[in-house]
Amino acid sequence: MSLLNVRNLSVTFQTGGGLLRAVDGVDVSVEPGEILAIVGESGSGKSVSMLAVMGLLPWTAGITADEMSFDGQDLRSMSARARRRIIGKDISMIFQEPMSSLNPCFTVGMQIREALRQHTDLDRKGRHARCIELFEMVGIPDPERRLGAFPHQLSGGMNQRAMIAMAIACRPRLLIADEPTTALDVTIQAQILDLLTGLQKETGMGLILITHDMGVVAETAERVAVQYAGQKVEEQQVAQLFETPHHPYTAALLAALPERATERRLPTIPGVVPGLHDRPEGCLFSPRCKFADERCRTVPPPVQPPAIGLARCHYPLAVPAGEETA
Amino acid sequence: MNQTVLKATDLSRDYEVGGGLFSKPGIVRAVADVSFEVQAGKTLAVVGESGCGKSTLARLVTMIEAPTGGSFTLAGTEVTPEKWSDLRTDIQIVFQDPYGSLNLRQRVGQILEEPLKINRPEIGAKERREKAREMMRLVGLREEYIDRYPHMFSGGQRQRIAVGRALMLEPKLLVLDEPVSALDLSIQSQILNLLLDLQERLDLAYLFISHDLSVVRHVADDVAVMYLGRMVEKGSKDDVFTAPRHPYTRALLSATPKADPRAERGRIRLSGELPSPLNVPPGCPFAPRCWKAEDKCRRDRPRLDGGPQPVACHFPEAPQPGAAGRAEPATA
Repeated sequence: MSLLNVRNLSVTFQTGGGLLRAVDGVDVSVEPGEILAIVGESGSGKSVSMLAVMGLLPWTAGITADEMSFDGQDLRSMSARARRRIIGKDISMIFQEPMSSLNPCFTVGMQIREALRQHTDLDRKGRHARCIELFEMVGIPDPERRLGAFPHQLSGGMNQRAMIAMAIACRPRLLIADEPTTALDVTIQAQILDLLTGLQKETGMGLILITHDMGVVAETAERVAVQYAGQKVEEQQVAQLFETPHHPYTAALLAALPERATERRLPTIPGVVPGLHDRPEGCLFSPRCKFADERCRTVPPPVQPPAIGLARCHYPLAVPAGEETA
Repeated sequence: MNQTVLKATDLSRDYEVGGGLFSKPGIVRAVADVSFEVQAGKTLAVVGESGCGKSTLARLVTMIEAPTGGSFTLAGTEVTPEKWSDLRTDIQIVFQDPYGSLNLRQRVGQILEEPLKINRPEIGAKERREKAREMMRLVGLREEYIDRYPHMFSGGQRQRIAVGRALMLEPKLLVLDEPVSALDLSIQSQILNLLLDLQERLDLAYLFISHDLSVVRHVADDVAVMYLGRMVEKGSKDDVFTAPRHPYTRALLSATPKADPRAERGRIRLSGELPSPLNVPPGCPFAPRCWKAEDKCRRDRPRLDGGPQPVACHFPEAPQPGAAGRAEPATA
């Protein structure tokens, strides 16, 4: 059974300019011990969909889903109190900016102990011992002293490690990492990614990695979901995705990577992500797609079968022989 | 044609930090004894992690701040603070964040005309507007947008405006301080192509500051690697990327994720973090994190040696590519 199962999740926000669909019919499922990466550009709804799972969106957000369950328990129908027992304990999240997600008024030690006090029955001494153990796990030297440090006294990499320590404090079964390394330097990024994948192997938890960096995806993920303008446009195993992308957007995104360039001029994707007012009627990518025709512009595309990467496209690329398109 | 536009010799910048009534201020050497040259039509990329002094270097070169040591020449003229106002028009800068670097209360036309208004007062209003229109065409913006405000544009278009503004005075050298790192991948390639086009057309020299090695590999001709304010390695792009000689360069290259799931991973795991710039170790600044460090490294600071690919290391890698049998670090 899947650890997390979300079907047809939509999130809307009422804005001054009208109803904004931030997430539009997204399915997510994660197995225990699996690393799923969600990639997309800014505004693709990758963070918002995970915040919806965590229940961290403001009340102004309209959240609908056909199914949203964690380990068989329905997250939609349970009481707020019951949900809080799961969130932070069995599901936890690491945020992008460690500096702004930690509370500057409390020492990092206090902030980690708070999670332990809420969710475990450890006593004072036990909590302290667990904190030290956690800091050693995430590679913070001299944990005894660092527990008493305030976030501003630590570097970005150290703060991110403290965030990870906090997230794994209660041994979660699902960890959601939202751009965990974007604010960090590459050598620190490498350390943090090794740490996350190492922890994931050790504890067998599921890991959802939200990122926009294709390099990070290629090196860490097992399965990849590509999102565009709030929709999931493709999902494949990582090696297959990089070799034979089925959705034109995925293909264009990969071609635009400087390290894949064969010529001095990079292939580009013309135009920009559609906004609130220029949302196309048919396929959301059609105004920027070089394969788009009249059908793409008027009819929303179907989701193709798994053999074609669940591509949301009328004319998926590189269809294997003998496969029927939807 | 190999015309040197910018030549810096032992450029340094110190800052005094802290210091109270009774305590002595500390000195941070943000940039220490950095020398380099940039040729017309070529790109020198400066890479390094945050705090390595690459942005301070940009501020020195663009004459925002005076160096505390060393000197640099611009097309053969020695740059001193008295000559700044004349020489500044030859070096312009494009900043990382196109959301913060444009004045939200000015229309695009005004933004583009402002450099001319200040530096070329002899140009009349009509001609100035015409030049602004021309620039919009050059950087790939529609001329009708000249009366729009920056908030009406997307990030990529704003970066085009920023590039256009920098080019209004026809500079010889453009300093690009992380010009694409705030942009989405699909927009990033558009801006990189624009920069390459402009360089070819106007024979511009670029000082390209970035931490993204895959972008640097695509645009640079030469690469300089900085660590804690010091240049640790310098060379042509191909040499530095295929046969890095400094251990730090190797670590940096190996830590950069490759967008290829089947690629072999030989990641060098660096322990520790950047030491505080207030308290740089007496020997090689990289020694505390280096897997090859010996007593000599902790004692004597290595100087950038000569040759086509100079390196500041006591035990550099052999300069041939793919040399087998060298001291292998612990790979992850």
